[in-house]
Amino acid sequence: MKASAFAYARATSVVNALELLAAYGDKAKVLSGGQSLMPAMNLRLISPEFIVDIGELAELRGIVVKGDVLTVRALTRHVDVLGSPEIATHAPLLRDATSHVAHPAIRNRGTLGGSLAHADPAAELPACMVALGATVIVCGPQGERRIPAQEFFTGIYETALSPQELLVAVELPVAQKDSAHFFHEFARRQGDYAIVGLAAQAIIQGDQFADLRLGFFAVGDRPLLAKAAENLVNVAVTSEVLASASAALSEELDPQEDQQATPAMRRHLAKVLLSRCVATLLSRPDLREGARA
Amino acid sequence: MTRAPENRDAFSVLDRPNSYIGKTVPRPNLDRLMQGRGQYVSDIELPRMAHVVFLRSPHAHARITGIDGAAAKRMPGVIAVVTGQEIAAVITPWVGVLSHLKGLKSAPQSAIAVDRVCWQGEAVAAIIATSRAAAEDAAEHVAVAYEELDAVTDMQTALDPTTSVIHPALGDNLAFERNHDAGTVDAAFAASDEVVEAEFIFGRHTGVTLEPRSVVADWNAAEARLTIYQGTQAPHMVQNIAALHLGLQESQVRVVCKDVGGSFGIKVHIYADEMATYALSKLLRRPVKFVADRVESFNTDIHARDHRCKGKIGVKRDGTITAFEIDDLTGIGPYSMYPRTSAIEANQVVNLVGGPYATKNYRARARVVFQNKNVMCQYRAVGHPIACSVTESLVDLAAMKIGMDPVEIRRRNLIADDAYPCASPSGLRFEQLSHHAALAKLIKMMDYDALRAEQATLRARNIHRGIGIASFIEVTNPSAAFYGVGGAKISSQDGVALRLDAQGAVVCQTSITEQGQGSESLTAQIVGSVLGVSMDRVRVILGDTDNTPYGGGTWASRGAGIGGEAALQATKVLRRNILDVAAAILQSTPGELDIINNSVVNVSDGAPRIELSELARIVYFRPDTLPPGIQAELMATRHFVPREYPFAFTNGVQASWLEVDTDTGFVKLLKHWVVEDCGTIINPQLVDEQIRGGVVQGLGAALFEKCVYDERGQLTNANMADYLVPMSGEMPDIDVGHVVSPTLESELGAKGAGEAGTAGAAAAVTNAVNDALRPFRTIVTEIPLTPQIILTALGRI
Ligand SMILES: Cc1cc2nc3c(=O)[nH]c(=O)nc-3n(C[C@H](O)[C@H](O)[C@H](O)COP(=O)(O)OP(=O)(O)OC[C@H]3O[C@@H](n4cnc5c(N)ncnc54)[C@H](O)[C@@H]3O)c2cc1C
Repeated sequence: MKASAFAYARATSVVNALELLAAYGDKAKVLSGGQSLMPAMNLRLISPEFIVDIGELAELRGIVVKGDVLTVRALTRHVDVLGSPEIATHAPLLRDATSHVAHPAIRNRGTLGGSLAHADPAAELPACMVALGATVIVCGPQGERRIPAQEFFTGIYETALSPQELLVAVELPVAQKDSAHFFHEFARRQGDYAIVGLAAQAIIQGDQFADLRLGFFAVGDRPLLAKAAENLVNVAVTSEVLASASAALSEELDPQEDQQATPAMRRHLAKVLLSRCVATLLSRPDLREGARA
Repeated sequence: MTRAPENRDAFSVLDRPNSYIGKTVPRPNLDRLMQGRGQYVSDIELPRMAHVVFLRSPHAHARITGIDGAAAKRMPGVIAVVTGQEIAAVITPWVGVLSHLKGLKSAPQSAIAVDRVCWQGEAVAAIIATSRAAAEDAAEHVAVAYEELDAVTDMQTALDPTTSVIHPALGDNLAFERNHDAGTVDAAFAASDEVVEAEFIFGRHTGVTLEPRSVVADWNAAEARLTIYQGTQAPHMVQNIAALHLGLQESQVRVVCKDVGGSFGIKVHIYADEMATYALSKLLRRPVKFVADRVESFNTDIHARDHRCKGKIGVKRDGTITAFEIDDLTGIGPYSMYPRTSAIEANQVVNLVGGPYATKNYRARARVVFQNKNVMCQYRAVGHPIACSVTESLVDLAAMKIGMDPVEIRRRNLIADDAYPCASPSGLRFEQLSHHAALAKLIKMMDYDALRAEQATLRARNIHRGIGIASFIEVTNPSAAFYGVGGAKISSQDGVALRLDAQGAVVCQTSITEQGQGSESLTAQIVGSVLGVSMDRVRVILGDTDNTPYGGGTWASRGAGIGGEAALQATKVLRRNILDVAAAILQSTPGELDIINNSVVNVSDGAPRIELSELARIVYFRPDTLPPGIQAELMATRHFVPREYPFAFTNGVQASWLEVDTDTGFVKLLKHWVVEDCGTIINPQLVDEQIRGGVVQGLGAALFEKCVYDERGQLTNANMADYLVPMSGEMPDIDVGHVVSPTLESELGAKGAGEAGTAGAAAAVTNAVNDALRPFRTIVTEIPLTPQIILTALGRI
């Protein structure tokens, strides 16, 4: 349980970090909060030769609202997200989701950028990015790239980041009028990665959805923005409508088997989440049992 | 020797002034531990100390065709790379059998595998270096060639003629079988109104101690003496076995056991890698440290449970239980563990099923088979959770079948509180149990009727809560009947040596050990109370074979009952000796004097006569002033072992209140209650926390913990992310109540309390889940009760 030997540098600026990454290529790893990287190194699942510690880069910290864009920089720790009034006002979904990430000790160190770059398919925050329509901003030798969240996550622990690039921030649209959100996950223990989870952002007008973005996680190799949501927008939601959305969701899902759940169980739980989400957002307890159909 | 309570010595610890007995007093070792001044084995640093890392087999079963350590030996910091063949020169193999477990067989096991590995995780080479990190680096460069062999992984097919035999010399994969038939089982089933059968499945799990197994072995060639620093529950057992297999006298081995970060039975066995560490120190003539990391802990700390048990119960319409029958199967890995053996758990299952109930008709078969998985052996509440779950589930199923309330069927069948002494259908002798008093107290604590009403109301709103009850018995204070009669050099007696120091404080050496239970505290409480001194004047020394009396240590819930009685008896002798001297000094008689609050006082009026510090001063520095012929003996030693009853059985009952989300299969634990009877309670807080900790471990088994093996014998969740230990977020409040029936076998009257919580928790939860699922006409009989299992039972997936 000791990491193999590695060289270490603490980057002094984003530019310096990019130089180091350019020099060491895929032999290097960025160290942010270390809550995913260090366990993997101690288990010798990975043995990077070079660690670029970005922990001291003040330019990568902070949460800023400008117009209708909320920018959260990469080094923002989970605990900072939980305590941020800007996030509570403009992206409450992210706050709710973050309270489900791990335990206080880990949230004190783990960062938003690290979580997104790590891209665990069972993680909460990537799904929020997809549900919120975030833009991921990365910097590399060729300068800045802006990547829509849906294109950023490409597989299990895989993203559109190249080894020379640094994730520097995400931009989120601030929550609009009439917006509502729902977050829930099924995990065996508080703080565990989810068996299945849902981060949903909606606009509700009257008793209907004007917009609904359903970000499911732990149902495939990356967060899934469910197309089934289309069945529920601008219609009076009845249990039949919900059932058809549920069936559509089931079609879209291709969940994986692991020790916690079979694909069938994941599919079932995703449908339960869909019903609970719709029932909660529309304040329609009658729809809660929809999944039983 | 049985004494009636009224004949107790006038010094009875239970009614002395300023007694600590029955009081919650803080543990004397708290400050030390809280200030980070504990000394765990991993804290120990010795000059020239080297670190060993074991290269472990990636295969469940394979022939070793070659080991090349040359490249590793050239790595920086590497001192040696040692194979099984090489280490065999200094340490002999062992076979984990006991003669009283008739027919138990096992194969010789080596400190490091020779020629063949039998489970994924078995050590194939030792890499010794100047640091653990350097040794881990080098381990990656040891090349081992394997030829994979068939792995026997499924215990259900282990005995099939087509399955390969792991140890051909043994003839088959059956390690042990026990059959028991009492009363008239067939006639009883025939006469029953209903007979219910079910098969119960128990997941393999493990102890997950906070501090992993660790040892520092220091062979001093100049003294020809080996000092072993180890987190162990049984130092004298380790001394005996290390000496035996290293070809030494016991006097050449000292075992020191300072602070231990949790044991739960994990650290009461002899592990191959620990034996290898002792041997390496001898071979390399320097101190060697081994601290298991978390992954190897999962792969090599003993696992437990892993049973499949078919059960059958007969019942009459009036609720009378007519008979129990079980057929238990368990797989123990490739070797029976040394020296306690891996047959004990199945043996306990046979012993304990049906134990709380009056019926005499009982048939049982238990089979123990070898597999190519990690070794299994005794872990907290050995066999109890299996026996309790099978028994209590069967009782609930019977009640359900005849439409009787689960409490009512227990009232009608639990052995009456005035029926003792009596014996169980498996022949266990009970001195005094209190099932009915405990059940009555539990019902009151949980307000059973109100809960039933709440359950009905919520059920109408589609909220499904359940109540589960589980009565249990617990084996504590084992005599030589447990291991000694089978030939193991595991002492069942314990000793305490006391001496008054020159300022009137007490030094107390005890052979029981401390791993967090509070052994130090309870010993000091007893000594302080019986002698009449304040606890801060009692210093307890334990865990050192050079400096404590010979004894068993702490396991099987024996510390308080056996070690505590030795402390009581030793203190009485010291007290008498002190009063003899005091009488001489004061020209009084011992009968007229007492010791209270660190002073000798008059019995008549309580007036202080002489402080113990002054008495000690006279004895040690001015013995010339004592009357002629008076030789003070301010040191006293006593040992104790139960003789009349092989075990002091305790009993109790648990209840669980929980909610099942029938859409998701998730279980939310809402509340848990325990009423137990451990006899005399020395420290209520220690007892309550033992019960709570035990319950939490039982709840872990019920809902979370499982070592998941694939069909090739690979442990697939050997880490803390995938192996789910119970965490505080999911734990309910646990209310603990007591009934007190002291054992008359000792003056102290204490029985054990360490395993009661674990014994019944899973049974209570399973019964509660099945109670919640009643409207769905389905039952679950497998633990851990995962959402997957519940959803499957509900037909939702
Ligand atoms: C016990 C435990 C439980 C946990 N439970 C959860 C949970 O329930 N849900 C959850 O989502 N997470 C969980 N985590 C992970 C935690 O949230 C991590 O904080 C997060 O996944 C990674 O963030 P980090 O800052 O620690 O990243 P690090 O561990 O430092 O890095 C993770 C990866 O991202 C790369 N990286 C980091 N920052 C950047 C960057 N700016 N640019 C490019 N690459 C970068 C690193 O090179 C590395 O490959 C848990 C962790 C632990 C230890």
